[in-house]
Amino acid sequence: MSVRIRVNGVEKTLDVDPEMPLLWALRDVLGLTGTKYGCGQALCGACAVHLDGQVVRACVTPVRRADGHSVTTIEGLAPDGSHPLQRAWVELGVPQCGFCQAGQIMTAAALLKAKPKPSDDEIDQSMAGNLCRCGAYPRIRAAIRKAAGMPEGER
Amino acid sequence: MHQRLLPFAVAFVFAGCGGPTADGPKGPTALRKVAPNELRAPSDFTSIADTRERSRALFLEASRVITHPRCVNCHPNGDIPHQGMNMQLHDPPAVRGPENHGVVGMECTSCHQDKNQELARVPGAPHWALAPISMAWVGKSPRDICEQIKDPKRNGGKTLAQIVEHNAHDELVGWGWHPGADREPVPGTQEQFGAIVAAWAESGAECPAEGARP
Repeated sequence: MSVRIRVNGVEKTLDVDPEMPLLWALRDVLGLTGTKYGCGQALCGACAVHLDGQVVRACVTPVRRADGHSVTTIEGLAPDGSHPLQRAWVELGVPQCGFCQAGQIMTAAALLKAKPKPSDDEIDQSMAGNLCRCGAYPRIRAAIRKAAGMPEGER
Repeated sequence: MHQRLLPFAVAFVFAGCGGPTADGPKGPTALRKVAPNELRAPSDFTSIADTRERSRALFLEASRVITHPRCVNCHPNGDIPHQGMNMQLHDPPAVRGPENHGVVGMECTSCHQDKNQELARVPGAPHWALAPISMAWVGKSPRDICEQIKDPKRNGGKTLAQIVEHNAHDELVGWGWHPGADREPVPGTQEQFGAIVAAWAESGAECPAEGARP
């Protein structure tokens, strides 16, 4: 089956099994390896990408769901790394091992688009599905607040 | 020794020692015994002469599906869905959100697809979402649930006919019989369940007494 997806603003036509996980199509077919494979069961959030602006776990999303739609990966969030979240991430030195960070940033980006000034509870609820085994959660929250133009440490 | 054990043995026989069965509504009218994974047919209830009593019995039969964790887990009485036969709180942490679809970044459909993802064991069906809080079933009795289902203010404005149609054909309802992986399905089939709900509606949509259980 042929699947047409607008990936990071570029139309792509993929000749793949429609049930192939979107993550496989992104990484193995299109070579976009910024999105990571974590658990493969939608439990960790490492594979979070945007499908028409909504966060989806690419590891469990069949590529057919993206047919005719737009997908944004970490590579397409801001190709020059200028997204406020990316800048805040660098300025605060958020990552430790870094494996989960693409998923963290993609979820945070969706959050800030919907709620430009989220409360800490809203941050916690939206980010609850993105695990960080290094435990960088305080820095992740601080960076989200910084990107939102809010004080980094206040509750 | 044997004489001391006899009362227990007799009680065991009367309780039914041929394997687990669903006894049906308590009362003077005995219903055909069925296995826990089976549903009775409307014809099994024709022995109940009183129409209102038959209607109550039919709802109790339907409640064997409705109160099953497969159904109740997404009808929470709070803001967190449940999961599993032990009805534990949803993990990863997910919340109801303003429209029962989760919150940004953690929408139900961020993970749940339009069908089960067997390799990942993630359940899925079309329009996967929580039931509104007005339709909370966790901790509710069959009577409470029956009253809620009939109340247009708490059932999404549905008529009885629409309730029958919803239960008989809705794909998300139907997931309960096809939950995927190693999950226990609800009893019977959706067709049988639809027939029971239709028979309940046709017999007056009576609600069982507060203490009644299937």
